[in-house]
Amino acid sequence: MKTRDRLLIRVAAVASIASAFAIIGAVFIIMGDIVAGGAGYVTWEFLTGDPTDGMTAGGVFPAIFGTFMLVLIMSIGGIPIGTITAIYLAEYAHQGSRLARLIRFAVTSLAGVPAIVFGLFGLGFFVQFVGSGMDGILSGDGKLVWGQPNILWASLTMALLTLPVVIVSVEEAIKAVPRELREASLALGATKWQTIRKVVLPNAVTGIMTGGILAVSRGAGEVAPILFTGAAYFLPKLPTSLSDQFMELGYHVYIMSTQSPDVEATMGIQYATTLVLLMLTFGLNFSAIFLRYRIRRRTLS
Amino acid sequence: MNHPLNHPLNQPTYKIEARDLNIFYGQKQALNGISMSIERNRVTALIGPSGCGKSTFLRALNRMNDLIDGVRVEGAVTVDGRNIYAPGTDVVELRKNVGMIFQKSNPFPKSIYENVAYGPRINGLRDAKTLDEIVEKSLRQAALWEEVKNDLAKSGLSLSGGQQQRLCIARALAVSPEVLLMDEPASALDPLATAKIEELIHVLKQQYTIVIVTHNMQQAARVSDKTAFFYIGELIEFNDTHVLFTTPGKKQTEDYITGRFG
Amino acid sequence: MTSSRKRAHIADVIARKVITVVAATSFAVIVLVFAFVFREAVPFFFPADSAPAADLAAGGAQESYGDVQETYGSDPSSPPGSSATGLESGIAGEEAGVTDLMKTRWEPVSEVPKFGLLPLIIGSFKVSLIAVLLAAPLAIFAALYTSTIAPRWAKEIMKPTIEILAGFPSVVIGFFALITLATFFQETFGFEYRLNAFVGGAALALAVLPIIYTLTEDALSTVPKSFTEASLALGASRWQTALFVVLPAATPGVYASVLLGIGRAFGETMIVLMATGNAALLSPDLFVPVRTMSATIGAEMAEVVFGDTHYNILFLIGALLFLFTFALNAFAEFVVRKQLMKKFGGAG
Repeated sequence: MKTRDRLLIRVAAVASIASAFAIIGAVFIIMGDIVAGGAGYVTWEFLTGDPTDGMTAGGVFPAIFGTFMLVLIMSIGGIPIGTITAIYLAEYAHQGSRLARLIRFAVTSLAGVPAIVFGLFGLGFFVQFVGSGMDGILSGDGKLVWGQPNILWASLTMALLTLPVVIVSVEEAIKAVPRELREASLALGATKWQTIRKVVLPNAVTGIMTGGILAVSRGAGEVAPILFTGAAYFLPKLPTSLSDQFMELGYHVYIMSTQSPDVEATMGIQYATTLVLLMLTFGLNFSAIFLRYRIRRRTLS
Repeated sequence: MNHPLNHPLNQPTYKIEARDLNIFYGQKQALNGISMSIERNRVTALIGPSGCGKSTFLRALNRMNDLIDGVRVEGAVTVDGRNIYAPGTDVVELRKNVGMIFQKSNPFPKSIYENVAYGPRINGLRDAKTLDEIVEKSLRQAALWEEVKNDLAKSGLSLSGGQQQRLCIARALAVSPEVLLMDEPASALDPLATAKIEELIHVLKQQYTIVIVTHNMQQAARVSDKTAFFYIGELIEFNDTHVLFTTPGKKQTEDYITGRFG
Repeated sequence: MTSSRKRAHIADVIARKVITVVAATSFAVIVLVFAFVFREAVPFFFPADSAPAADLAAGGAQESYGDVQETYGSDPSSPPGSSATGLESGIAGEEAGVTDLMKTRWEPVSEVPKFGLLPLIIGSFKVSLIAVLLAAPLAIFAALYTSTIAPRWAKEIMKPTIEILAGFPSVVIGFFALITLATFFQETFGFEYRLNAFVGGAALALAVLPIIYTLTEDALSTVPKSFTEASLALGASRWQTALFVVLPAATPGVYASVLLGIGRAFGETMIVLMATGNAALLSPDLFVPVRTMSATIGAEMAEVVFGDTHYNILFLIGALLFLFTFALNAFAEFVVRKQLMKKFGGAG
């Protein structure tokens, strides 16, 4: 072995092991920092109370509530469409049919669109086009109700962003249902739709749930799409209608950490809010992974 | 059931007839000009080396080949005189009438009861009492009733291999077919379970027309009335079982049954 | 029996049609995204269309986001009032030329607004390249280690760690960078500016790491085992095999992972918003603040007047961002696939 090669190998060996440890270390450092900075402030009052003193004290309940509503409406909008599209791709699409290829291309493309561009779309399409259009029809006096950023448009925008996540997960879940079960059902004289409804989907439920959870986790964590489609920093009351704006955990962290006038006083809150958001997404991702593990085990047995 | 076509004297001589059947998977031809007549209430066995097309032919009888992308079918297959490949054929109805048992048993991950009741349910049957009756009758016909009657709520997957296969038979019987297609039904089973299945076939043929694919020649000899020998997509010989096995007409048949090639 | 059969048949037909139509909407969505982002950018090139916006300026209801409810100021450089100034000179069409985009100053809300995109484009590239230069070696070497040399349990630790990292919301990474990482760098290296391109790039590297790691690991795993076995059978060591056989064989996949990492870095908004200092400076120095294209949209869109030149240009920036990431992804997929075919197409 040439000396140059030997040296190369030694360098590579050290670099590789060091890299692996560096990455693991980085993750621990980040988590440790957030937990250390925020754990002390996450109390029951913090989670259920409102902000006080001009956002320098109090709790973040409105942000938690807003985040919850956001992902709820997002799921109602996005999960059915994503599931149906996945059913099409897994069950109805013929190999290489033009439509199937177009849809797959669309899904891959959607997955690659930057989050901020989704925000632009939400603004240009939902707020300006659909919202203003609705206002034009519903309230003749030019009053702006729907042609403004609000929780509905923000949620729908988020639904589009998470659509690829749902589609990919559900398609995987449906494909995991063994072919023999479908054949057995069809051979008994069931229609394709009956087979999907009664045999395929019931056996793919866990996978569908996984997709939903991953989408919700994504939706709770992304801030760029809601920057100007509906999120707000200080609202006097909780959103009660779809045309209201809303507070949101990630947005809260962003604004507070970049624009708060009293950094010292709010540091604890900032850390605590970040910790809450982190725990939320962490918990969701963990359950999704756990479910996926359960599915894989069951399929193999 | 009172349709004139169902009167014994009005029925065509043969239950199923294939007329010049050609089946292609893309460019590859799997079946070449198969013409064959299958008698009612008899067991017809399809034998031949692997890849010879016997399973393809079997699946052509209930149009399960349709599920394969790129398949092309030429020729005709008639069941009770009606061509099942004619445009406008109700394939779903066909599959109720011509049932199928698969090589590897595939009960649904549901209870024994729900497995058998699945077929009647999708046909709109809701009445609990009728369903109970059908489930019991089907399980009896499949010689499984005595073994499971005390716990029908148990999962179908908790049964042994042989029991699972009989469950699948019961499930198929529950929709009252007239024909049963069996694709190597006992190949995954031990000798004892196999014997039970063969015994079952013997009883079932009084009521049903049975076509069975098997790679086990002794099984074909034991179980069937007529046997068809397939080789590379062609029907080489078709005759009464004992004739085909003792005095085969074609050399290829003789070579196969004497084990000169697999 | 027949009627329920008929119902089942009708349901089957309807189900197929509905499902197909709904599935087709996802294709419609990508077309819509394309269309509407461009729709709001196009008016910039055709100032005649800004007549309606002139009405807005002249009198009536100014639709300015952020005025609806009491929102905390979202950008230090633009209190709502100043939008009017920008509007007047913008509408006159003086600034609405394509050449203005190529200027070097981005000052959309000053007395005479300047819309030079150069600092923003350079800013995006700066930060993305820093991120990838930091992340790629780490990710690739780590992937090399866990998929070839390391014992099985190392992968079992690495994979979840990467998944956790990938699961961090970018706003959390941005927060960590803003508060902790920047301070750390400040104390260790003593930068002149606490928040700068390097800090932002380093934080961005954390977000880009999982993509590069995962795709590289995939590429390494799909190298046929026969190559590894042949090499070992010839007496090569495990490291030699990994470096000189497996890694070269996986090169197309590794290239793809880096390209996609660049794309991801380019499109990221929150991390750069929080950690780069947000000043549209055009400079080769890595340690001064920058403004990326995505951050510009994120920071300024909430304060912009609908139909304004500024508004259109922000959409234009978005369109450019969209096109760039789209092209990058497509390039990565097609070219890499072709390379993969060349390498493994003939082999068994």
